[in-house]
Parts: sequence; C-alpha cells; structure tokens
Amino acid sequence: MTRTVIIDPVTRIEGHAKISIHLDDAGKVTDTRFHVTEFRGFEKFCVGRSFWEMPGITARICGICPVSHLMASAKAGDAILGVKIPPTAEKLRRIMNWGQIIQSHALSFFHLSSPDLIMGMDSEPAQRNIMGLIQQDSELARKGIRLRQFGQDVIRILGGKSIHPAWTVPGGVREPLSVQNRDRIATMLSETSSWIDTAFDVLYDAHEKFQGEVGNYGEFPSLFAGLVGPDGELEHYDGQWRVVNSEGKRLEEGIAPERYRDVIGEAVEPWSYLKFPYYKPLGYANGAGMYRVGPLARLNVCDFAGTRRANRALHEFRRIMKQAKPVSNTFYYHYARLIEILFCLEKIEETINDPIIVDTHVRSQANVNQLVGIGVSEAPRGTLFHEYHIDEQGIIKEVNLVIATGQNNLAMNKTVHQIAQAYVDGTKLTEGMLNRVEHGIRMYDPCLSCSTHAVGQMPLHIQLFSPDGEVLDELVQGK
Amino acid sequence: MSVVTLTINDELVSAQAEQTLLEAIREQGIDLPTLCHMDGLSDKGGCRLCMVEMTNNNNRLVPACVTKVQEGQSIRTESDKLTNYRKMIIELLLSERNHICAVCVMNGHCELQNLAAHLGVNHVRYEYVVPDLPMDASHERFVQDHNRCILCMRCVRVCHEVEGAHNWDVMGRGVNSLVIADLNKPWGSSRSCTGCGKCVQVCPTGALSKKGSTVAEMVKHHDFLGWIMNGREKNIWEYR
Repeated sequence: MTRTVIIDPVTRIEGHAKISIHLDDAGKVTDTRFHVTEFRGFEKFCVGRSFWEMPGITARICGICPVSHLMASAKAGDAILGVKIPPTAEKLRRIMNWGQIIQSHALSFFHLSSPDLIMGMDSEPAQRNIMGLIQQDSELARKGIRLRQFGQDVIRILGGKSIHPAWTVPGGVREPLSVQNRDRIATMLSETSSWIDTAFDVLYDAHEKFQGEVGNYGEFPSLFAGLVGPDGELEHYDGQWRVVNSEGKRLEEGIAPERYRDVIGEAVEPWSYLKFPYYKPLGYANGAGMYRVGPLARLNVCDFAGTRRANRALHEFRRIMKQAKPVSNTFYYHYARLIEILFCLEKIEETINDPIIVDTHVRSQANVNQLVGIGVSEAPRGTLFHEYHIDEQGIIKEVNLVIATGQNNLAMNKTVHQIAQAYVDGTKLTEGMLNRVEHGIRMYDPCLSCSTHAVGQMPLHIQLFSPDGEVLDELVQGK
Repeated sequence: MSVVTLTINDELVSAQAEQTLLEAIREQGIDLPTLCHMDGLSDKGGCRLCMVEMTNNNNRLVPACVTKVQEGQSIRTESDKLTNYRKMIIELLLSERNHICAVCVMNGHCELQNLAAHLGVNHVRYEYVVPDLPMDASHERFVQDHNRCILCMRCVRVCHEVEGAHNWDVMGRGVNSLVIADLNKPWGSSRSCTGCGKCVQVCPTGALSKKGSTVAEMVKHHDFLGWIMNGREKNIWEYR
C-alpha cells in the first residue's frame, strides 16, 4: 500500500510550508514535495499605488529581510527616475545591505540551524531550538545573538529602526550618517571578531560530526547564479548577473538586471504558492534549468571575495571540490553563509572609514522619466528582482517580483527528495528522520514570509494516508 | 459684546455670546477631539467627534463646533457614552476606506491615526469595506489618494474660503462620496487649481500629499492658515 507522510508545518524556517513524502508498498520514498502554503498577493495589490511608496510597501513582504526589498525596490525607483544616486547614498545603502546579510545569516546559522548541528539531528525536539541552545551553551548562544544584534543595530542606526525602515527611497536615502553614528558602528565592529570565529568553530565541528549527512544533504549538480562586481568580485548590491554550470563553465556573463527575463522563466505548479523560476535556455522540463542562488551560489560564481580574510576563507572553501568546480553540496550553504558574514564585517569596516560616508548629499531629485524600472539586489537568500511598470504619473500598472527563495524552489524540492530517500524508512518512522528532511530546507534558509515559529515547541504533524485518503496513523508533537 | 454663563463639566463658566461651544470648551483648556474642524475655516459639523451631552436637555447630543453657547446651558464633554461614540466614529472611518497606516505617507503624523491612538481604538469592530479607489498623481506637485480620505472637506473649504479658487467639490453620496477637482477632472488638468498647496497642508490624513513623499515622510503645517486669516481679517501680519 502506498502512503504519504506530511510534515506540516516545517519548523525553524521563515514562513509557512509543509513537506509531503510519498512511500511505496515497501515503505520506500517514491516522491517528495515542498509546498509553500501561504499566499501573499503583493504583485496584485501594489497595482494602483505610487512607485514612491513601493519600498515601504514591499519591505512588508518580510520582517527578516525587509532591507533586501528596500534595496531592490528603491533601485527600481532610481531606474524610473533615471537618476544616478549620490555616491554617499550608494555606500550607505551598501552598509545597510551588509548589516542585513549579517543579521539574517546569523539568524539562520545560530537561531535556526545550530540546534541541529550542535545537539544532533535526532536530539530531543523540545530542546532542539535556540532556548535549548542557551541552556546547553549560553556563551555560544550569546555570541550568535550578539552577532545578529550587530547587523540589526547597523540597520537601526542608519534607518531609524531595524524592521521596515523607510529610509531607502527612490533617488537615494532619506537621512545621512552622522559622525557620531559612524563612530558607534566602528566601536561595535571591534567586538564582532570573536563572534564570527566562534561560528566557524561550530561549523568545522559540524563538518566532522555530520560527514554522512554532508554527502546526502542535497548533493547534486545544478546551475548557480548571482551578481558579481565589475572585476568579478563578490557583490551584494549591484553588478551584473552571472550563471555557471556544475562544471564551473560560465553560461551567462554580464547580464544586466533589466535583462533578467531573457534568462529566467517562471513556472507554476498547482500544489505550491511559490513559483518555480528556471534558467530559460535549458528549459523547465525535468529540472534542466534548475539553478541555485544565495550564499553558496554567490561564492561559486564570483572570482574572488574582495576583502582580506574573506578571500582567504573563500580559498579554503574552494578546496572542498577538486578540479576547481563549484561546490555543489547544499550542506555547504552554512559554510558560505559564515564566509559572507566575515566579508560583510570587513566591507562595513572598510566603508565607514571612507570620509565621504558622512557627506550630507544623499538624495537625488527627479520625477518620472522612465515607465519601467527594474531593481536588483542580492538578498541573504539570493538574487532579488523587482520590476515595476508605471503610467506617466508614476502609478503602478504591473509588478513582478522574483524572490530569491523561489529561485531555489526546484533545488529545495530536489534536496528534500534526496534526504528523504537516504533517511526516511516508511516501516519505522521517527521524528529524527523527518527533522533531517526539514534541515534540508533550513540549509537554504528560505524566507517564505515575515515570521518564524514560536520556539520551545515542535509542532510537527505527521500523517500516514492510505491511497483512498484514510488516515492510517498520526503523530502530533508540541501541541 | 454680550456674555453668557453656562456650565461645562459642572463648572460655571462665561463665554461670549457669538462663540461656539467648541471655542468655549477649548478656552477652558478642555481637550475635545475634532477632525473636520480647523481654526480659520468655517465649521460644518461633519465628523461628529466633538459631540457633547446637554445635561440640561435630556443629555441630548450636539456637535460642539456648530452649536452656539446659550445662557444657562449645561454640557458634559466626557462620558462613557461619548467615548464609545467617538471610538465608533473612528472605527467607521477606518473601515470605510483603505487606511493602511504602516505604508502611508502620513504614518506618525496623521490626525486620524493620532486620534485613534488617543481614544484607544485598538481594533475595528466593523467589516472593512475595502473599496477599490484610485490615486490621482496627475498634478505636477501633489498627489490625491482617495483611499486615505475621510471626507472632512477641509480641502474643499480652504480652497473656497481662503484661496478663493474652489477647485475642490464633492461627488456622490454617503460613503461613496469622492472629493473631485473641477467637476471630476484629473487634478493635473484642473484649470481652477492655483497649485498653492493649502489643501495639502490642511488635510488631516494622507489623502493629499506632496509628490515624491515616501512612507511616513509627509509632515503638514497648519500655522499658515492663522497667519493668513489674522492678516486678512485683523490686519495683523505677524507669523506665529
């Protein structure tokens, strides 16, 4: 008898999703699906609003990475105005974006994933969360929380608040950085070094501990895509899009953001609200156009990082693969995330020491000059595109948002399938098996909306169905 | 000028005979919520937030802004019933249009939002109407957003009474009423609008704003009105 196992909700991710695992008569995995079960509707209800409001509205897509939407939206606004923003404004935006990547990556690594890495995939679910981590190793947890706090504080200092700051606007930013606030950031920076070192220690221990998992957690060839700077350096704010295949061959080079539709197609499946973007030249069928974005992809597509310590870390990272191929294992998203935190800390330090950073000219003034605006940024989870079509008054007629998590959708489904095949045995289901499947999703740090689940509980719901829909067995925890 | 004596919240007070109850109440330092009223403009008694109870007349409710003081009158400005009604008015206003404070240009500076907070309106008991209303960004300098309009008609009055252009009017009935420019033309094509911006400054919400304003960025200044009216009516040209 075939059966279906449902993991609903998937916990310790940002947003709402479930996983279904289909088993055959022998209890072996035949099919898996990662369903995103929430509907947001931003592309629809933004129609009729002014493009000036779009950064403020689209930032509400997410409470974790509002800054990414602010960047992409403000840049789409810059394109509509047809202006070059003041150089100080660009640097300030970059600092906020780096702050955002630090806080989001620290959240993913310490708050959401490290309980699995430190306590073990099969450990007691009620303890396997950030609160359990605080009880087990309060100093480690404190460093993780403080690292995230640093990123949040940078955003707060620049934008007035850490969540949904309405500071990034078409034409630049609303407020310059004062000398006092620049010095505050510099003072805070001096403390962060030991925190990131601790994160790397946790990661290296995890690599030792989970050697089996490393080989089974989303190890497959795929394309990788991300922005790179003019010299091929690691880039998060601007630049051009590069696509490489699993052999490291560049399929696309120098794709300007406004040309993204030439290379990205968007498919829809009836069982998920998340779209399935794919690399157009290779097509959607059989996952041929599957590509990955985010920290792992960015480190795979860039030529070098561009800061001293991150360059060295990237060099080490690339030793994972022989023959200079891209790192294809999803487990190394954690590794890539930490290297990016290191990079962002170094870049913030470099940029706040530039005297121009406290210049007060931070906003270019203009009105509607173009009827289409496309903005791009590298969100913590990957490349984010905002595309607005407006009328001559600046009222939105059409919106298309290509979200990073969506671009990883095909890869997340493949990862879930691979982990389920390796670990899920339908004849004797355990919570630990299913947690491994969930961890497969956590590695991508998907941002499905604006919320995380409450800690201290594991509201895991597993149901076994007969082919005619009868519930044969059910396991509910944490309720 | 004759003087009358009346009772406000059990205190005997005197007021000038031509004064409204609202003026007399505020002279006593008593806070009374208003939205459609604005010093310098005629009153219309539209929002009903300034309702007070006439305790010498079966607690009858009257709008203070359009009721003249009378000898021997006794009124009460605060009661559970009044608070409840005021909250209901705010909730009805919030439910009629799309007041999305978090992404509004007036977030943090909006009179409707401030009053809602002041009166403790922490939820809306009525079903939201969620009308599909357009924005008009055809004007070179300003934007009109019907979604944020509460039909207080300050814009209509200031344009007619102070600027003298009478660009604005009201079309339709009840909750379907819309403030329109030049007999329902796009604002940018209105021939009567002088582009002075008085309507934008007196608007209590984000219904009228400066073009290019982003979330929470619009701050309005009302003091120009007192300056103009003092100059025009009293020949006092002192900006205070």
